Amino acid sequence: MLCRTASDLYWLSRHIERVDNTARLLDLAHRTSLLPERLGTRRAGTGAWERALEALDLAEAYAERHGAIDADRVLQFLIHDPENPSSIFAAVRAARESGRAQRGAITGEMYQSINSTWLRLREMDFEQIAADGPTAFFDWVKRRSGAFRGVTIGTMGRDEGYEFLRLGTFIERADFGVRLLDTNFDLPGEQAASEDGAAAEYYRMSAMLQALSAFETFRKIYRDTLTPARVAELVILRADMPRSLASCSSALLTVLERLRGGRRAEIVRLAGVLAAETRYGRIDEILADGLREYLTRYLERLYRLGDEIDLEFFSATDVIAA
Amino acid sequence: MADFYNEMLDAAGLARPHYREFAAWLARTPAQRIVQKRKEAELAFHRVGITFTVYGEKDGTERLIPFDIVPRVIPADEWRMLEAGLRQRVRALNLFLDDIYHGQRILEAGVLPRELVLYNEQYRPQMRGVDLPGGIYAHIAGIDVVRAGAGEYVVLEDNLRVPSGVSYMLENRKMMMRLFPELFAQQSIAPVEHYPDVLLENLRSVAPTGIENPTAALLTPGAYNSAYYEHAFLAQQMGIELVEGQDLCVRNGNVYMRTTRGLQRVHVIYRRIDDDFLDPLAFRGDSMLGVPGLFDACRNGTVTLANAVGTGVADDKAVYPYVPDMIRFYMDEQPILANVPTWRLRDPQDCAYALAHLSELVVKEVHGAGGYGMLIGPAATQAELAEFRARIIAEPARYIAQPTLALSTCPTFVEAGLAPRHVDLRPYVLSGREIRIVPGGLTRVALRDGSLVVNSSQGGGTKDTWILE
Repeated sequence: MLCRTASDLYWLSRHIERVDNTARLLDLAHRTSLLPERLGTRRAGTGAWERALEALDLAEAYAERHGAIDADRVLQFLIHDPENPSSIFAAVRAARESGRAQRGAITGEMYQSINSTWLRLREMDFEQIAADGPTAFFDWVKRRSGAFRGVTIGTMGRDEGYEFLRLGTFIERADFGVRLLDTNFDLPGEQAASEDGAAAEYYRMSAMLQALSAFETFRKIYRDTLTPARVAELVILRADMPRSLASCSSALLTVLERLRGGRRAEIVRLAGVLAAETRYGRIDEILADGLREYLTRYLERLYRLGDEIDLEFFSATDVIAA
Repeated sequence: MADFYNEMLDAAGLARPHYREFAAWLARTPAQRIVQKRKEAELAFHRVGITFTVYGEKDGTERLIPFDIVPRVIPADEWRMLEAGLRQRVRALNLFLDDIYHGQRILEAGVLPRELVLYNEQYRPQMRGVDLPGGIYAHIAGIDVVRAGAGEYVVLEDNLRVPSGVSYMLENRKMMMRLFPELFAQQSIAPVEHYPDVLLENLRSVAPTGIENPTAALLTPGAYNSAYYEHAFLAQQMGIELVEGQDLCVRNGNVYMRTTRGLQRVHVIYRRIDDDFLDPLAFRGDSMLGVPGLFDACRNGTVTLANAVGTGVADDKAVYPYVPDMIRFYMDEQPILANVPTWRLRDPQDCAYALAHLSELVVKEVHGAGGYGMLIGPAATQAELAEFRARIIAEPARYIAQPTLALSTCPTFVEAGLAPRHVDLRPYVLSGREIRIVPGGLTRVALRDGSLVVNSSQGGGTKDTWILE
């Protein structure tokens, strides 16, 4: 497969996944912003939106453009701002551009799926989205992203291109999982001792699980109360949770082993380390050593893996293939 | 409108025999259903993304080529004649190209003026003496045919460089079958769906000799080219890589593509880039689209370019008037398909005639394409006529003139309902080990009332083309 095609497909699915995750993150912010003011750990209302911007590394870019945090402006900035390359609008546009450039490498149904999403999104205006309530929009975005993955699984030949699409999906999903935990996870503090504090903690934890479509999964696996340690375990270590770091890491390892055709390579080793750590880790040890440190280290390795993918597959070499 | 040959209706306003089934269907189908189906077609074309980019419009707007649901129907006997005529013509054009890059017998014999060929901008002296597999230059030819007067077919133009539009032929058929399956159940319409297969076979048949399992690739200028949809579509349908210049490189005289597993050899390149941009070392040095060293590889025979470099000289409008002579010269046959009578303005007598009759003639720039740089006398304003007159006087050799043809019309849905609109036909002729023509081609229709220009860049639309078996 052409290096350029591989790269376009990888970014196509990264953008699709990013759009999905941005909708999930904003949905979470929207839910937590509805908490009564006295229960917020930061200034209520705006705190949730601040966290969302921080999770996406966009707090500065937002401040430069819009100044003070305002729910509507944050939403517009992250949903519909064509100038913000991380907005849902811009990411769908980028995905559609990659799809158009590579429409010969994907199936007609896949292209139609991404193209009709783009055509529909282009027609929407933010006023309307806000007036209808953003939740309806987030649901639509998640459905469209899910539809694309479904059509991909259902129609695309299991070739190299398919693996590059999976690679993009899982690297983006792992990246998001880390960011979501990092910015929304608070270990039990003093306020949890009070009845109000416990209620707020429950509300935030369950909102996070809902953003990951994992609330029911949590209930099924643990059949127990919602504690921060259990939530962290589910999101990091549980292989039966499809958006967990463990699931993403093990999928990345499988895909990279396939792409390298069994040959030993640094890139496979790197993915192997991530997969082993999440597969054999224990949540009590992770929390004892510090969750934040753990997540930071994971993210650094994920970035290195991204760089290696770029070198290994997307940068041209002069070696003539056998 | 009575002066034009109507493809569907005879002088009495009755459907011609090959349109009878369709006319009966049209009469019994509720208008409401047709309106709804036309909408459905437009939506589907948008969703599937069959668009083209219009040059010169802000941010490369993607537009749909309007699709009309009334098919262009051609009876079997007419198609047999057309097919024989197209084969003959394209064979002669390939023989001509091989000759002018080798022995130049036709110039020795004085059939056409030496300078018209050798000083032509499209003549590539670098191709002299280069032997190509099978002696084929124009592997893919799009021959524009129109019907004039009482319905006789004449060739308006040969397209031998990178003719486009074949994806519309295929998509239009797919759309018609989806919208109106009953029409296909009722009569026997020749299929066109196998075109990509025939094209792939054709490309592989002209690979450098000694290659057992040749790899073909389609070279595109990129996603912003107006015909990108077609490039991606054809590459996908043939199962070959769609490459840009940056994806190819030349090492040790061979052409390779950069893949995730290293460099992979390419033997045949179906290129959809003009000669000028193919190779910055051989042609335009500022081309960012091409591949340094590609032309040398092609001259040394390690890769085949389809079409070959230098075919433009044979479809030049100044050379066009001589194609019937080529058929007689190389094949000793009478041309089956006639040319449009053409005045060559490089000739002072012809030029004088043209200037005296400017308001009746169509004047074309010899190197122009796509309906740009052309004057349609009867439709032109006084100012336009004066401007063209000045341009012709300044450089007569740059122009040819032809009578304004009474192009045939075909009923077409427009805002006011069904109305006759002018049509042409572009069949695609594939030359390799043998000549293959998928029955039919692309019918283009000038949607504006009275307009004779069918080019999509000038507001033309398309129709499905049926060859009745």
